[in-house]
Amino acid sequence: MQYFDTLIVLLQSTVRVSVPLILAALAGLYSERSGIFDIGLEGKMLGAAFGGGAIAALTGSAWLGMGAAVLVAVALALVHAFASITQRGNQIVSGVAINFIAAGATVILGQAWFRQGGRTPPLGGEARFRTIELPFADALRDIPILGPIYANLLSGHYVLTYFAFALVPFTWWVLFRTRFGLRLRAVGENPGAVDTAGISVAWLRYRAVICCGILTGVAGAYLSLAMTAGFVKGMTAGKGFIALAALIFAKWKPVNVMFACLLFGFLDAAAIRMQGNPLPIIGQVPSQFMQALPYVLTVVLLAGFIGKAIPPKAGGVPYTKER
Amino acid sequence: MRSGRGRSYMSDIAIELKGIDKSFGLVQANRDINLVVRKGTIHGIIGENGAGKSTLMSILYGFYQADNGAIFVDNNEVEISGPSVAIAKGIGMVHQHFMLVENFSVLENIMLGAEEGQILNAGIAKVRAELLRLEAEYGLEVDADAIIEDLPVGIQQRVEILKALYRGAEILILDEPTGVLTPAEADHLFRILDQLKSQGKTIILITHKLREIMAITDEVSVMRRGEMVATRKTAETSVEELAELMVGRRVLLQVDKGVANPGKVRLEVENLTVRDSRGVAMVKNVSLKVREGEILGIAGVAGNGQSELLQAIAGIRKAEKGRVLLNGEPIGVAGEADPAALRRRGLAHVPEDRHHMGLVLKFEENENAILGYHDDPKYLKGMFLDIDAIRADAAEKCRQYDIRPPDVRLKTANFSGGNQQKIVLAREMERDPDVILVGQPTRGVDVGAIEFIHKRIIEMRDAGKAVLLVSVELDEIRALSDRVLVMFDGRIVGERSPETDEGALGLLMAGVSETEEAVQ
Repeated sequence: MQYFDTLIVLLQSTVRVSVPLILAALAGLYSERSGIFDIGLEGKMLGAAFGGGAIAALTGSAWLGMGAAVLVAVALALVHAFASITQRGNQIVSGVAINFIAAGATVILGQAWFRQGGRTPPLGGEARFRTIELPFADALRDIPILGPIYANLLSGHYVLTYFAFALVPFTWWVLFRTRFGLRLRAVGENPGAVDTAGISVAWLRYRAVICCGILTGVAGAYLSLAMTAGFVKGMTAGKGFIALAALIFAKWKPVNVMFACLLFGFLDAAAIRMQGNPLPIIGQVPSQFMQALPYVLTVVLLAGFIGKAIPPKAGGVPYTKER
Repeated sequence: MRSGRGRSYMSDIAIELKGIDKSFGLVQANRDINLVVRKGTIHGIIGENGAGKSTLMSILYGFYQADNGAIFVDNNEVEISGPSVAIAKGIGMVHQHFMLVENFSVLENIMLGAEEGQILNAGIAKVRAELLRLEAEYGLEVDADAIIEDLPVGIQQRVEILKALYRGAEILILDEPTGVLTPAEADHLFRILDQLKSQGKTIILITHKLREIMAITDEVSVMRRGEMVATRKTAETSVEELAELMVGRRVLLQVDKGVANPGKVRLEVENLTVRDSRGVAMVKNVSLKVREGEILGIAGVAGNGQSELLQAIAGIRKAEKGRVLLNGEPIGVAGEADPAALRRRGLAHVPEDRHHMGLVLKFEENENAILGYHDDPKYLKGMFLDIDAIRADAAEKCRQYDIRPPDVRLKTANFSGGNQQKIVLAREMERDPDVILVGQPTRGVDVGAIEFIHKRIIEMRDAGKAVLLVSVELDEIRALSDRVLVMFDGRIVGERSPETDEGALGLLMAGVSETEEAVQ
């Protein structure tokens, strides 16, 4: 029973740390499926976390904070879109630039506005999202096995958590069952086919990148308004890159993205849990090793086990009519 | 009047283009084009590669916008600002490179841009039913759920045609549709086009193959160098006339040339077969020999395998089978050939496309002057480049080859086409090679430079080099070559002396063999 409880706790924190990964990876999925590679997920998330933290601290409303987070991320996404769609620039360079801008600007503005060493004031009350208890969670807690699963694993999360998981089937549906999704996938594979069908390649890609901005905004808001109470310098800590790894690992498929993010989230949760607790048999494992595992796993699995991850064919290539 | 109903139907105008101009940068792709396409006919547009056919049709389809001129569809002037407008006007286009999403199903490709509403499922049954109806009506069977990349190119093309028909195309433009097809597939396509015509559709067929024009079109328009030079009823013209119109009578260039003095064989090609990146055989079982002291010219309409042949010999394209011997020693044409090693063995290459293969346009002139020879000890000082030696050498070449301006620090992009070509020639010829491959030496080169370049090529011959010359300019081939091979559809279809009459060579280039000629 003790192991069972440990497992439930571990899984609950897996869910907690997976949410920003899922949101960011799905954000990247919209953009990359349209042919715009985005390594600026990290920067957009960071900018959004700061924007959210700052506005929530000033207004005292978590929802206004989230609105600000989304606005910041969409603005950064539009910069990326302008550079890589309108100006046909290099998408990697643009993405890297956004990461650097976000890393620098959040600290400078945070210090200028709040004078707390780059963080935003701690949030409480309405300024922070609170967890939602599902109905009868308390009453059912004592039922063996199912009780703890319901009360501790399924219940007691933030609204954004449920949103993130609902977004997985929704994204699948959008991608494979709607006109927008059909065109989005087509433009990432062969923009010429979209152009000759009389559809604007640029506008379609702009919309995809805006979707990406909105979702990275929500991911950032989750970090500073739900998971922790306020923005801390560099708080994304590579999550944008792990999300990118998950996206490649999942071969740009929504349901796979969720499982990849849960796997990486589980490793992260395990790393936190094992700090100071030696594993049986193996003994003490450095936490840095666990933190590196998602990347190691991506490389190893991509290299041998899950076959070649084929990115959208037109990905990274600015569209120009032939000639 | 009723009695002439068929004819009056025929003479209705589907498309009229008036005074279309289009340029890309400095290149004028279309100049004052006028064209009338009658309803219910198959109208051929013929011309060499680069004559501006595809550009013109892309303007009609709204893919490009004309700089000047007017487009009339069904006698109404329309401004075709994009493909969606063209589609709405009943114009469909099958592009040379298919515009299909390869990992989509046939159905998804056909739906793309013509979905019935925001949610796919709502319209999918309708699309499927309409597709089945079209397939039945025109005999174009395709498995709607097959994935495009699993289908052979002939079927992929059928999907493109269905795509256009699904969008209600009354006028169908096909750009070089047989380029990727086997002869059997091409015949099948022609049957489909006949069927479409009999149902009242208007078809514009772009091609550079005379055989196709004669086989299927009602009328034919000939384009040359961006201009529309003639329109004929197919029944009232001949292959000879079209070939002449297509190639054009150009000013004969005077080249002083002594008698060739061929020696031993320097370059030998045996049964070479080369496929392009799409897997289509472009060079089919070609054999040839080039001796020192002679210029062997390869004539042919662009796109008949000359480029691939040249690239395979130069070691930059893998051959499927066959051998190439340089000075009697085989070069690894199956992919192991190293162009740098070939150069050291005495093979020089003036590539057809100097902008992409011959030069780095952003480099200074002197850097391009040693491109590929940068590890020659005379340009090196220890492990570093000897900049002074390189610039002095480049300046000397500028003088010898009259490269203007003689500024070795100038960016190569700023030289004119002729001077750029001279930079390449100087680099390749000054290495004292045994064999020189020369591709399109005067493409985009001004008249003054042409003469100079021709002289240099003949000097190389007289110095005992073996020269293999590929050019689509028939005059150039005839002026320079000592022997002429004609290439058509990947094969050498004949060897002629350079004195052979232009018309006869033109016929060979168009794939009309002697026997067919005799029958006609």
